[in-house]
Amino acid sequence: MRWRSVLVAMLACQVSLAASAAGRVPEPQFEVDKSTTCVAPRDEIRRTHMDLLKHRRDETVRAGIRGGKTSLETCIDCHAGKRTGAVTGSPDAFCQSCHAYAGVQLDCFECHQARRGPVQQASGTSPAPK
Amino acid sequence: MIGGAAALGALIAPGVRLVEVAAARPASEGASSKVRWGLLIDANRCSPDCKECVLACEQENGLKSPTRSTDAQWIRKVDLKDLKSGRALSVPVMCQHCAEPPCVDVCPTGASFKRADGIVLVDRHTCIGCRYCVMACPYKARSFVHEPLTTQKADVPRGKGCVESCTLCVHRIDRGDGPACAKACPTQAIVFGDLNDPDSEITRRVREVRTVQLRADLKVDPGVRYAGL
Repeated sequence: MRWRSVLVAMLACQVSLAASAAGRVPEPQFEVDKSTTCVAPRDEIRRTHMDLLKHRRDETVRAGIRGGKTSLETCIDCHAGKRTGAVTGSPDAFCQSCHAYAGVQLDCFECHQARRGPVQQASGTSPAPK
Repeated sequence: MIGGAAALGALIAPGVRLVEVAAARPASEGASSKVRWGLLIDANRCSPDCKECVLACEQENGLKSPTRSTDAQWIRKVDLKDLKSGRALSVPVMCQHCAEPPCVDVCPTGASFKRADGIVLVDRHTCIGCRYCVMACPYKARSFVHEPLTTQKADVPRGKGCVESCTLCVHRIDRGDGPACAKACPTQAIVFGDLNDPDSEITRRVREVRTVQLRADLKVDPGVRYAGL
C-alpha cells in the first residue's frame, strides 16, 4: 500500500519536472528582417552555417575571393539588429542569442567586428572612424 | 567615358598612355600570380618630421598609436644618419612582402603565408600566437596583440593572441585601390604598383633610378624597394 503511494508520488514528481524543463531556458528572442531571405532555408542554414563560413574564410583569406552570398560581411550586414547595428553585445543580438541558447561558444567576434561596416566605395575613400 | 579617355590616351603615342585605367578585378576571382604587388619608397622625398603614412595606416586599419613596446605597429618611420657625411634620412619601414619570406618558412601552422599576388599575410584563423615569425622577420615588421580588442574596423579583423603585420591594405587592393600610406603621403614618396607589369609606374621608376632592397644580402627578395638610400 505504502509502496504504491510512493510510486505515484515519484511519478508525479517526474511529470512536473519534465513540464518545467521545457520552459527552463527561454527560447532565443531576436528580430529577423523578413523582407529578405537568407542564403539557405532556415533548417539548412542552422545546421550548416558554421561549415559554410569555415569554407568561405579559406577562400577569402588565402585566395582573395570576397563578397558572394556566404561572406561574413554579408551575413552581418543583414542580421545586425536595427537598434544596436551588431550581431553580438546584447542578449537579443542575432548571433549571441542562439549561441547562448545552444551553449556553443562564439569566438568569431574576438577578431571580427560584430557591427555593420560602412558601405565601401570602389574609389577607395577610407571608412569613417567608429 | 573612361574607355574613350583610354583610347585617346593610346593615340598620343604608341606605348604611352595618358590615363592609367585601374581595373579592379572582380571580387569573385581570386588573387592572381601574374601580379606582384610592391612599393617604391623614395627617401629623397621623405621628410623626418612627417608621419602621414603612419597616421594613415593607423586610421585605415583601426590601430591605436603605439605608446608601449607591446603595442602593435604595422609601419614605422626609421631615421638614419650617415655619421661621416652627416646626411640624415627618414624612411617608413613596414612588412617588406618578401618573395621568400622567413616568416612563412618558420610558421608551424601555415598561418603566415604568401598570397598568389605576393602579399604576405597572417591567417588569424590558423595563427596560434607562437610569435616565431616575429622573431624570424629581419625587418621586425610583425607585432603580437596582447589585449582583447573591440574597435576593429569591419574590413580589418584583428584579435588578441594572433600576430599581425602590414597587409599592404589588402582589403583596399582587392577593390582596386592602393594602400592607405601611399595615398596619404603628401610628397608621393610611396609608390604602389604591380612589379610584374612592365608599364606600371613603379616598374618604370625601378628601371630608371637606382633602388635597393633592405638587407638584400639576406636574399629574401622584398617587394618594397627604396630609392635614395
